[in-house]
Amino acid sequence: MITLSHYLVLSAILFVIGVTGVLMRRNVIIILLSIELMLTAVNLNFIAFSHYMKNPVGQVFVFFVMTVAAAEATLGLAIVVALFRNLETVNVDEINQMKG
Amino acid sequence: MGLYDIMFFYLASVVVITALLAVSRANPVYAVVFLIPCFFHVAGLFVLLGAEFLAVIQILVPAGALMILYLFVVFLLNLSEIKGRRITHRQSLLAGIVAVLLVFLLVVLSMQSLFPGPFQELVEGIGIDNTAAVGGSLYTKFLFPFELASLVLLVVMFGAMVLARREEKE
Amino acid sequence: MTNAIVLVPLFPLLAVLANLLFGRKMSEKAVGIMGSGAIGASFLAAVTAVVGLVVMEPGHRLTEVVLYQWISSGAFTVDIGFLLDPLSAVMILVVSGVGFLIHVYSIGYMHHDKGFSRYFLYLNLFVFAMLLLVMGNSYLLLFIGWEGVGLCSYLLIGFWYHKDSAADAGKKAFIVNRIGDFGFMLGMLFIAVTFGTLNFTKVFAEAPHVFHTGDGMIILITLLLFVGACGKSAQIPLHVWLPDAMEGPTPVSALIHAATMVTAGVYMVSRSHVLYNLAPETLLVVAIVGCLTAFFAGTIALVQNDIKRVLAYSTVSQLGYMFLAAGVGAYTAAIFHLMTHAFFKALLFLGAGSVIHALSDEQDIRKMGGLRKIMPTTYKTFVIASLAIAGIPPLAGFMSKDEILYSTFNSTHPGAAPILLWSVGILTAFMTAFYMFRLVYKTFHGESRMDPEVEKHAHESPPVITVPLSILAVLSAVGGFLGIPIFLKANVMHNWLGPLFEAAGGHGDEAGGAVHHSLTTELGLMALSVAVATGGILLALNIILKRPHVAEGIRNSFGYLYDLFLNKWWVDELYDMVIVRPLRQIAGIFWTVFDEKGIDGTLHGIGGGALRSGGFLSKLQTGFVQNYALSMAGGLVLILLWVLF
Repeated sequence: MITLSHYLVLSAILFVIGVTGVLMRRNVIIILLSIELMLTAVNLNFIAFSHYMKNPVGQVFVFFVMTVAAAEATLGLAIVVALFRNLETVNVDEINQMKG
Repeated sequence: MGLYDIMFFYLASVVVITALLAVSRANPVYAVVFLIPCFFHVAGLFVLLGAEFLAVIQILVPAGALMILYLFVVFLLNLSEIKGRRITHRQSLLAGIVAVLLVFLLVVLSMQSLFPGPFQELVEGIGIDNTAAVGGSLYTKFLFPFELASLVLLVVMFGAMVLARREEKE
Repeated sequence: MTNAIVLVPLFPLLAVLANLLFGRKMSEKAVGIMGSGAIGASFLAAVTAVVGLVVMEPGHRLTEVVLYQWISSGAFTVDIGFLLDPLSAVMILVVSGVGFLIHVYSIGYMHHDKGFSRYFLYLNLFVFAMLLLVMGNSYLLLFIGWEGVGLCSYLLIGFWYHKDSAADAGKKAFIVNRIGDFGFMLGMLFIAVTFGTLNFTKVFAEAPHVFHTGDGMIILITLLLFVGACGKSAQIPLHVWLPDAMEGPTPVSALIHAATMVTAGVYMVSRSHVLYNLAPETLLVVAIVGCLTAFFAGTIALVQNDIKRVLAYSTVSQLGYMFLAAGVGAYTAAIFHLMTHAFFKALLFLGAGSVIHALSDEQDIRKMGGLRKIMPTTYKTFVIASLAIAGIPPLAGFMSKDEILYSTFNSTHPGAAPILLWSVGILTAFMTAFYMFRLVYKTFHGESRMDPEVEKHAHESPPVITVPLSILAVLSAVGGFLGIPIFLKANVMHNWLGPLFEAAGGHGDEAGGAVHHSLTTELGLMALSVAVATGGILLALNIILKRPHVAEGIRNSFGYLYDLFLNKWWVDELYDMVIVRPLRQIAGIFWTVFDEKGIDGTLHGIGGGALRSGGFLSKLQTGFVQNYALSMAGGLVLILLWVLF
């Protein structure tokens, strides 16, 4: 019997994996990837709920989430490119000009 | 244990394992490459849940376009050859603790069964074609956000071009 | 008549406004004519108003003109209104009449002073305030005038403000007055609370029904009002400002500190006679304070060497007599003396001013002498005034002072009080005669002790000064006939004021009630007064003029007394030690401890604290985005913990 809870647990685990990636990695590309992972976990959540509550709105929402995820990844990578050109590094712990 | 359950556990395990692998690789190319099967299997999960339209979208957008984009950037900046001394951040210990706590709590939260009802039939649960259902909602109730989303993409397109432009040397 | 009443204070007010707007652009002559003319017009209006009063029946002579309602707060209302009755009639005639003469005098005295128009502005403002004081129909209006004259007194004492001593004297006057005003305000407050109104007519009608004679509250009210009177009329212990007030121009001393402002206290007590008659204990206090002040000031005047100081202390002394009269219930006598005193004291001051002016501002009588040949008019008028104040019949001062002494002798205060008060009064009269003629002889008689330079320029003053002197001399001579002794049955003052003071219950104003109008007593006392006065004059003649070495001898053998009197009984020094210095120290403590350390410290502390906490918090912004992400995740954990457990 696969209940809703199974999907929720799965989504939670996936989400935390993404969080770990964000918090623990130095390479900014990996961090962006982890954010994608978090968004995917959220999508899974939405669709699970949509299925078990018989409401298509959840899926519509996922549609938009994906749009935004794409947009965000694009811009994020554009910034990384610009950053790399100026600072020659993609390690976040070397980028702290906004300190204090 | 029906086919459904087996499929679920298979898909779930692959997702988790590839995700773990992805975030733990030193080489960003490896990380991206591990994430692609992850997304594929997530699409599979979407199918299990009766959302085949979104499953296809999931393959097209995140797994396809976005990962290729990441690869492009990695190659553009020659990042695959950059080797840091270590890959984890200074705050990793604390972050690890927080992450463990977080997963524990979320799992506990999720395990409180919300809908302890009988398992819903895949297709019968919705009644109509998934694509039609999503399309119907999208073009009626959610028309305005839909149009806004297209605007967002337009802006992103321009933004990315501006941000990543090489400075022209006079 | 209503119009005349309103015009009386209106003319000076208009002059003030005109002076404010155009004063500096007008010529000296124009300012002088406008200023004096306004007061003159005011006097004519006053005469008209009083005539209107005269034709009314005695006992019903009262007109109240209400202009509009000023305060209306629930049941408590105050109007702007003027009350014309025999008492205020006397006051407005004196104020505007004597005021007019002094204004004219000032044109000559203040000639070529840079602040000429400012002087007339203040002087007119003063007359306006004084008229408001005596014509107001409620305690509040009286108090407004009271404060107004206090302000003008400050402005005029410190007229030559670049002189430190003048500025200080102005401050001293105002501050000491303020202390009295505090008592006055408390008294007013109690009246308002008890009677629900401050209007004279209403309060005095109610009072006998609300209070029994000797009630605690009425004693309190009258005592508090008297404290105010002490401040304004320079009685002990608030007399210290009046001698210092001599820093102002001499006409100011004449008008404000002799004829009018200082008499406001006497007016107020007389106006409140209904209340005071219900509080015999307070009346006794008033009489004692007045008597002691008269004596005390007289002793000081005996030995002063500045011509204006002698006159200042003399004023304090005569005011004491007025309060003594009020204190024995003889209000008519008090007002009569107020009027005659206005005549001869103003004359004395103006004469002194004439002398000072002629001697290029010399004020020390030890450096004068022999002036009677150089300044005959001034001399003659001065002598007339001195005879009047000494109490020589038939001049004005004799009539009024004698009536006071007689009323004191016959008063109904308990025990030996009447005799004691009368004795001190007679003694003071002796001193008055003595010190006045000491002044006369030292200033005008004998060999000249003047500085040679000064002597060269000494001359009689111009007519604009001597004419007012002459007019006042005439008044001092014949003014007394308004109040000739009662037994001659033609006493105008009593016929005029008597009904007012008798009508409101109590024991009327004839020497406190149960009187024995023994003719022999009266004549006997009169003879005694005359003898005493003459004796004082002759003694002065002897010691000061003919045999000065005797005066020297007395001074040496009674050295300690001489010092005591010369130093004004060390009262100023006492106040300085007991009040001024501790206050300064307390102020210093408040300044260094509370203000600098406390308030400034707190402010700087808060400012510094904000800066420090800001500096501390800014360390949270490490610049590493992942630190921020970590704190977000941590927050999420906390929320979940809280939700689940």
